[in-house]
Amino acid sequence: MTPEEQNFMRKIETEEKIEPKDWMPEAYRKNLIRQISQHAHSEVIGTQPEGNWITRAPSLRRKAVLLAKVQDEAGHGLYLYSATETLGISRDEMIAALQDGSAKYASIFNYPAQTWGDVGAIGWLVDGAAIVNQVSLQRTSYGPYARAMIRICKEESFHQRQGYELMLELCRGTPEQKAMAQDSLNRFYWPALMMFGPHDSESAHSARSMQWKIKRESNDDLRQKFIDQTVKQIEFLGLEHPDKAICWNEARGHYDSGEIDWDEFYAVINGNGHCNRQRLQHHIKVHEEGSWVREALAAYNEKQKARKQQAEANKSNQNVA
Amino acid sequence: MTTENLELFEVFIRSKRGLDHKHVGSLHAEDPAQALEYARDCYTRRSEGVSIWVVRSADIVASQEDDAESFYDPSDDKPYRHATYYQLPDPVNNM
Ligand SMILES: [Fe+2]
Ligand SMILES: [Fe+2]
Repeated sequence: MTPEEQNFMRKIETEEKIEPKDWMPEAYRKNLIRQISQHAHSEVIGTQPEGNWITRAPSLRRKAVLLAKVQDEAGHGLYLYSATETLGISRDEMIAALQDGSAKYASIFNYPAQTWGDVGAIGWLVDGAAIVNQVSLQRTSYGPYARAMIRICKEESFHQRQGYELMLELCRGTPEQKAMAQDSLNRFYWPALMMFGPHDSESAHSARSMQWKIKRESNDDLRQKFIDQTVKQIEFLGLEHPDKAICWNEARGHYDSGEIDWDEFYAVINGNGHCNRQRLQHHIKVHEEGSWVREALAAYNEKQKARKQQAEANKSNQNVA
Repeated sequence: MTTENLELFEVFIRSKRGLDHKHVGSLHAEDPAQALEYARDCYTRRSEGVSIWVVRSADIVASQEDDAESFYDPSDDKPYRHATYYQLPDPVNNM
């Protein structure tokens, strides 16, 4: 180990954060760029399934709430892109990687939001799973990422609560409404579990990420936390648990659960989910349609700069005179 | 000596690794490098920090507190952005 590496590992081991100007191994930097940019892309792509319902929310209150949530998610994207930029990659490079498919985003957003119940299930389960992961990442070793997570976690709680409240309202409504809630739970429960990634034994990036404390808890441990906390939430809604194998294990102090359909998981990751193509196409389309705004900003800046230079030139001419 | 020709700098200190830099005060200096040394001498005599930022005060764009009412008005009427707005029954309230 070089002295630089030793110093880096000492910081990691003593729970000191790594900051942008510190020396870090190239692989650590790469690993972080991959993980944080993927996280940023997920926040932004994640606005699509929910954004789809803003104009169709059943009341003004629900519309305002959904709008506020989607606005938050776009903001989370910004925090995370900025954190990634501290590692020496530009926004343009990240957007290009997303659009050409070389960077990934959370697979869950390749599932469509088909009903109003799905908006509830997404807030409750998808944001719920994201929170479990993000709470753990508040202790990640890279300073800017950890601070972005702290800020994001403060904002997330409302996302999950509004989703659960929506489900509760459906479950207390007509039989049709309750059936809608059950259907949404059935479709989103398993994909929410998949959000934690493959089993620890199968996870390609996990071991190194744990050693560098980029990740603080394993995929399976985080998933277990989510499974455990969700059981009584389902019960309280009076809905049926989608996992028929769910069963309290006294000895472990956790719920045992059924196996995830990993074929589905890999199919969606590899581009064959319901909405993979649509999500990227939409992102590219909106990005291109927005180019006039970026061009106008650049033109305005040029104009301001020229005006300032002119003013300074005039001033020095006067001084000479 | 007069401070008239010296520039004003704002000083930000990170007290511990992992925390944000916090504004602690300002000082006059000839240039950024000098400001950084002054900041060390003025603001970190008792190991108050592990990292210092100095920024030309003139480069800071600030909102006006007098305008606070209209500036922040758009978020004042949106209580639904807060988690506490959503009343959930006790058994499921810890989310
Ligand atoms: Fe988010
Ligand atoms: Fe969220």
